[in-house]
Amino acid sequence: MNQILSTILNAEFGYSVLRVTTPILFATLGALISDKAGVINIALEGIMLISALTGVIFSAISGSAWFGLLMAVIFGGFVALALGYFSLNLKTDIILAGVALNMIASGGTIFVLYLVAGDKGISASLASQVLPKINIPLLKSIPVLGPIFSGHNVLTYMAFLMVFVVWFFLYKTPIGLRIRAVGENENAADSVGISVVKIRYTALVLSGMMAGFGGAYMSMGYVSWFSRDMTAGRGFIALAAEAMGGATPVGGMLTSLLFGFFDALSNSLQILKIPYEFVSMLPYVVVVIGLVIYTIRKTEQAKRIQERAAMNVSEEIAALSAGSSGEKS
Amino acid sequence: MPDTNGELLRMENITKVYPNGIMANKSVDFSISAGEIHGLVGENGAGKTTLMQILFGLNHPEEGRILLEGREINISNPHAAIAYGIGMVHQHFMLVPSLSVAENLVMGVEPRKGIRLNVSEAIKITQELSEKYNLKVDPSMAVRDLPVGIKQKVEILKALHRGARILILDEPTAVLTPQETDELFEELKLLKNQGNTIIFISHKLNEIKNLCDRVTIMRSGSNQGVFDVADVTEQDISRLMVGRDVVLKVKKGPANPKETVLEVKNLTVVNRFSKRAVDDIGFSVRSGEILGVAGVEGNGQRELVEAITGMGRYASGDISITDTDIKKLSIKQIRDLGTSHVPEDRMTQGCVRDMSIEANLLAYKHDHQEFTRSGFLMDMNAIHKMSDDLVQEYRVLCSSAQQEVGRLSGGNIQKVVVAREFSSEPHLIVADQPTRGIDVGATEFIRKRLVTLRDEGCAVLLVSADLNEVMELSDALIVMYGGKITAYIEDASSISEEELGLYMLGLKKQDAEEIRRALHV
Amino acid sequence: MFKSLKLFELGRIVIAIVIALALAMVIIFFNSDMPGEALKSFLLGPLDSLRHIGNVLELMIPLIFCGLSVSIMFSAAQFNLGAEGGFFFGAIGASFLAVNWNLPPVIHPFIAILWGGAIGAVFCGIPGLLKIKWGASELVSSLMFNYIAFFFGLYLINYFLRDVNAGAMVSYPFGETAKLIKLIPKTKVHFGIFIAILMIFLSAVFIFRTRWGYRIRVIGKNIAFAEYSGINTANTILLSQLVGGFIAGMGGAVEVLGLYRRFTWQSLPGYGWTGVIVAILARNNPLYVPVAAFFLAYLSIGADIMSRQTDVPNEFVAIIQGVIIILVAAEAFLARQRHKLVVKEAMA
Repeated sequence: MNQILSTILNAEFGYSVLRVTTPILFATLGALISDKAGVINIALEGIMLISALTGVIFSAISGSAWFGLLMAVIFGGFVALALGYFSLNLKTDIILAGVALNMIASGGTIFVLYLVAGDKGISASLASQVLPKINIPLLKSIPVLGPIFSGHNVLTYMAFLMVFVVWFFLYKTPIGLRIRAVGENENAADSVGISVVKIRYTALVLSGMMAGFGGAYMSMGYVSWFSRDMTAGRGFIALAAEAMGGATPVGGMLTSLLFGFFDALSNSLQILKIPYEFVSMLPYVVVVIGLVIYTIRKTEQAKRIQERAAMNVSEEIAALSAGSSGEKS
Repeated sequence: MPDTNGELLRMENITKVYPNGIMANKSVDFSISAGEIHGLVGENGAGKTTLMQILFGLNHPEEGRILLEGREINISNPHAAIAYGIGMVHQHFMLVPSLSVAENLVMGVEPRKGIRLNVSEAIKITQELSEKYNLKVDPSMAVRDLPVGIKQKVEILKALHRGARILILDEPTAVLTPQETDELFEELKLLKNQGNTIIFISHKLNEIKNLCDRVTIMRSGSNQGVFDVADVTEQDISRLMVGRDVVLKVKKGPANPKETVLEVKNLTVVNRFSKRAVDDIGFSVRSGEILGVAGVEGNGQRELVEAITGMGRYASGDISITDTDIKKLSIKQIRDLGTSHVPEDRMTQGCVRDMSIEANLLAYKHDHQEFTRSGFLMDMNAIHKMSDDLVQEYRVLCSSAQQEVGRLSGGNIQKVVVAREFSSEPHLIVADQPTRGIDVGATEFIRKRLVTLRDEGCAVLLVSADLNEVMELSDALIVMYGGKITAYIEDASSISEEELGLYMLGLKKQDAEEIRRALHV
Repeated sequence: MFKSLKLFELGRIVIAIVIALALAMVIIFFNSDMPGEALKSFLLGPLDSLRHIGNVLELMIPLIFCGLSVSIMFSAAQFNLGAEGGFFFGAIGASFLAVNWNLPPVIHPFIAILWGGAIGAVFCGIPGLLKIKWGASELVSSLMFNYIAFFFGLYLINYFLRDVNAGAMVSYPFGETAKLIKLIPKTKVHFGIFIAILMIFLSAVFIFRTRWGYRIRVIGKNIAFAEYSGINTANTILLSQLVGGFIAGMGGAVEVLGLYRRFTWQSLPGYGWTGVIVAILARNNPLYVPVAAFFLAYLSIGADIMSRQTDVPNEFVAIIQGVIIILVAAEAFLARQRHKLVVKEAMA
């Protein structure tokens, strides 16, 4: 127990929480944007994978990590655009289309990896670049806080900045207003001349671009290579994190941090004598428990509202019948 | 041309035929003058909503034209209608619950400040509009926290903000309390005084009398006349509005009611708007009789049917079927008591489109002993025989019982529904709009069947908005208005349609003693 | 009247497949120095020797189990993607019995397969239970459960069944009595193929000939009608997930007992995902599952042979499979032609 505590209660652990939260947070924000427009982007997983490989390839070709990032984000948006075409135009069930895209991503990245790197497992032979880490001047010399918050990959800071950007975008801009309107009541949006399909395309593309950032971070920050299926379900975790976070940017950030915490914990605990397989399971178990708690809370809330309404009415009826009997006497 | 001064809009010779062959509008002329409140009344299915949907660009007529201030206009979609200054407040509000009043109001035409939504401007716009038209709303409140009456104001403001000069209100008072209704009327009168024109769709004649300048009455897709409200009584309107065109006679002998099958006592049902949809009613249906429930739709019939069939819960009161209290029973257990249910909405509840006629006929009976062999397998021979027999008996027009239900015509789908429901040897049949929207042949067939079942000792509760149907088919009648029973008519053939219309529209009500006779105690 | 529409549906699937194969050819032509060779081994390789035909049959076995599993779960309109984990966990369950128990032949695999099925049922049942009890999305929870199954399964194998004397992370060898017999010399085709055929038959009976199957189909097509008809929808949904999970678990058990001497997997085998494609191609009809499984197995083996003989990696099959799902599941794909046909039929 003490050992666990000492694992958690040190700055290194805090640092690693932020480090592992980053890709989940990007994907969670992506899930949030598309969910607000009323579409489930289950392809986040595959998009992250494709972007991770894209970043590696283009940074290796150009020698610039930034160009790799740019292409990763563009590809992310492009794959999401394809998802939009399949679901909005071809009317494929969006979940099945997402499953299909994930499958294409999983096999396709290995295929392309083999073509460009001559290996089906890892991109070690490519001279890919890594995005820089940033030491924050004053902060880095403060004890405890410094080691936790300073020296992260630039995308980690960007992920947390994105929480604000996405919040601003969804709640403070006209297009954000329209996205929320389409997601909640498409007839209402349609009745005032907002094109539902156009808004959904927009949201999906932005969502794909978020996943693109997350993917780029995986292969150009978290580690410095691409390996097959390296996203390991982070796109799916993001869907759960978004739902649990009550579909808000800050809520999504908190739940992402929660998963980040358990992910980091599972990494740290591996050093202890706890079986590696057991702790690797931890973040996924937490997602399921979190999801269940969240849905229970939601249904309880709905039930309470209903019960209250019913109670009001029965009280009213009781009062009325008391009143009418009073009249008679 | 005597009546063109002040004429603002004119719909000429509008004819609309729906794909299922129903003629919703037959060469209808409709005209409104600038600055009036114009009532549009008619029963369900009279064609008034279709007419207004055409005006708002939601529907397109086969024939006819629309003139705005003498110029012919083409309204291909709602945006075109809005551009011509026509706004519509739908029965189902087109609002986004989590957004604020101001955000809902400016949606689609948002004021901007740089890349930002200019919230303070949106609030200012809302406040100004709200003050100008005296429609009091709080701009920063979320719409989901508002009572229905306020939501409606937001809808009206939304239309006005988009430049509506002609405002169509589709049964706006259906969801309002009496106080809210009074408030709405004051506001509408103010709007009128400010030069706006309002088309007010309603069933409630006292409202028409209170509010409107003129009224157009529709029946069975035709215009029955336009009147100055001051010149006609509610009774006059009722007579023109409620009437029968083609009387489909159904041959039936006198009823021979025996023991009570369905008993409803002090039943109150609260709907999801916390409104008392069914309000302390009681009646009973006996074996061998058809009790009709007459009434304009939306007066609690749906909730009543849901309570009896177990599809919805009820707040208080008792329902018993063959002397068994059903309060805690599941739908299956209620069906096991011998209850059959012909649902109002045959496509969402009454059938599975993508499955065969046979699979649709099976439904409730799928695990019955007669269709089972060796414990758990379905006896396909017995099932084929049952479905072939029913298809033949009910004259379902199809290539075989294996055909998908979704490919049948409306009348044949309904025949499949009633074949299933009538063939389970029911003690009680709850038939909710059993012949709505289907052809004459199928209608006649289904009605005859209902009479046969009655003669075989079945108790039938017939809910129908079709006046012809309830009057022809029922032995006794109850009339529902505002969730209450306003009349019990022991002999349905004794009442005239004019009188029934008065009860249905809430112009007349029996006293409590008379209504209590519906319980047969 | 509806016959020609069914024919049209079949034609639509064929066109989707043709488009996907055309895409495959394009990919091969662009990426290979010897496209003719590559194409030939991709399309004809699976037929060129008994061993290759055997490969196709071997691969069909897990695909049939997973396809049936997903078909039954999807029939109730539940997007439970847990077949992957159910399959994996069923294999682990069976491995335990195969290693630790001593039973006579025939009975040993029989018990081990049922045990695998039971574990698979529990595994896929949990997302179903969370759905009907609290409305938690079965999609998200089943995805998470796949990872949980994977890590938990590895934990069980490595800590309770690992053969420390073997060089790799593998289990102790299975008892000889537990293994399924091989059927065709020079191939690894095993008795599991008969179990798969039996399950096709049983699944079809279950779905089309029992009251439970009827309820599941009605719920999948129109849940409002199911409720109106008095069907207990929650219980039936749970049942469908349990049965689907059972078949997936059986599949995992059959796979390890038929092909392996020890449990050796270090990653999820991915058959659960392929099962989703099988189910979509088969339109959730158990009787079409073997056809779809054969097609996908053929594609996969063809790609394997090609990648061994030429320079094209076999993973491109995933791209082909993805395109097929999207087109087959696309309502609007050839919808105009379909509508024309419907109108023509209606007029006739």
